[in-house]
Order: sequence, then C-alpha cells, then structure tokens
Amino acid sequence: MIIYLLCFVLFLVGIYGVITKRDLVKIILSLAIMGYSANLFLILFAYKKSALYPILEKGVDVPMVDPLPQALVLTSIVIELGTTALLVSLVAKLFQKYRTFDITKIRRLLG
Amino acid sequence: MPIETWLTFVLGFMIIGSIVALELKDILSSIISIGVVGLGVSVAFLFLQAPDLAIVQFLFEIFAIIILVKVFIKKDYHYEEPSRINKMLIGVTVITLAVIFIFSISVFKNIPPFGEPLLHTSKYYLENGAGDTGAANLVSSIILDYRAYDTLGEVTVLFTAILGSVTVLRLSIRKNKNKE
Repeated sequence: MIIYLLCFVLFLVGIYGVITKRDLVKIILSLAIMGYSANLFLILFAYKKSALYPILEKGVDVPMVDPLPQALVLTSIVIELGTTALLVSLVAKLFQKYRTFDITKIRRLLG
Repeated sequence: MPIETWLTFVLGFMIIGSIVALELKDILSSIISIGVVGLGVSVAFLFLQAPDLAIVQFLFEIFAIIILVKVFIKKDYHYEEPSRINKMLIGVTVITLAVIFIFSISVFKNIPPFGEPLLHTSKYYLENGAGDTGAANLVSSIILDYRAYDTLGEVTVLFTAILGSVTVLRLSIRKNKNKE
C-alpha cells in the first residue's frame, strides 16, 4: 500500500505545481508529472508477484503480469507526447505575443 | 532485495526530483530534472515487468526534453517576484492537499494489495491471446488486434495534436515574414 501512496504523493506534487506556479513552463512540467504518476499507478495495479513479462516463449510456462493496462498505458504515453508538443507550441506563440511566461501578466488583449 | 524496496526508492527519488524541478529558478535545470523523473518512470516500468513500456517511456522522455529545450532555451527568462498573495496561496494549497492525502489513505486500503491484481478480463487474453491472434507478445496482440479501434483513435488524437501545433507555429512564421 505504501507504493500506491507514494504514487499518489507524486500526483499531488503535480497538482501543487499546477495551482501555485505562475510560470507557464512550470505548469507544463507539472502536467507531465501528473501524467507520469497516472501511468505508473495503472502499471503498479497490474503487477503480479513472481510473474514475468507477457511475452510467450516455447517451453516456458510461468504466470504473467496483466497485459491489458500495459497496452492502454502504451497508448496513453504516445498521446501525452502529442499533447505536450501542442502545449509547447501554444506557449511559444503566447511568448511571441506577450514577451513573458507569467500568467498573471498575460491579461491584455492584443490583436 | 524485494521489489517493493526498489520501487519505494525509485518513487522517492522521483518525488524529490519533481519538487526540485518545480522549485528551481533556472528553466534549463527544471527541464533536466523532469527528464530524471521520466527516466525514473522508465526504470520502474522495467522493475514491473513491462519492457515495451520502458522503451516507449525512454523515447518519450528524450523527445520531450528535446522539444522543451529547443523551444525554451533561447527565450529570456523572467524571474518570479515573490508576493504576499502567492505565499498565502502556497500555504492554503499545501494544507488542502495534505487533508486530501490523509482522507485518501482509507480509499487505498480498499483496493487490492500490491502484487495481487484482479485479472478478470485479462485472464481471457492470457489464455487465448496466442491462439486467437498468433502474436507471441500479448501486449501487441491486445493493442493491434483486440483493441485495434483504440489504437486508431490514438493515432487520430496524435495526428490532430501534431496538426494543431504545426498550424500554430506556421501562423507565427507567416506573420514574421509579413513584418519583414
């Protein structure tokens, strides 16, 4: 149970960054931290004691870990890369307009 | 050593790394600390018997660091000036998150303990995956055969994200050309 709790602490660190940081780059990094902890939690949930990776071999018959969360997390990691790239390009565009990363200063409407 | 000890070590390392990444003033150092956290996730996947995921996470981390450094390295960086409202916000947030953590302990007692998954749906995949699909790697048999529509959706999301970022960046390039 302590491992699940540590994983949840990692998620809370990400939420803390999203709420308190005023820097857009730091907010992107905290979103990445939250993504890591969610993926890791699913894989922790799938682990089975004294089991091997889910790849079949000839003549080897051992219990295997749950392959379903692994497949879903594989999807999720790739999507995370796409969303991170989109966020980074949006922030770069915002920087071009406002010349700052501080979200409290990005308030004026510039055409 | 049992796997719990290793995982506790790696997770503690990741928590320290992420706090360091959020609190450092220099932007390049924070990006590199995030890279350390992501590689810690990759090592944890290796311990949890998911070699495919470890490779994909490693590649994701390298690409993410390259993108972040490439975009943000040349921007002049403004330091956050500390204000009283911000200090109050940090205090309130930390207290609230601590309360959430304390109340969540009873939730984590209800889920099955570490190392004993439920395996209701996956039992079918483990028993019949090789016969149904002919793939030795069960993860790829799920991702490309049982849940192929899921993968199609993933590719659609990825395509849309890349299209969006290309559009946003191209607009700015065109505007710069008009100015010149």
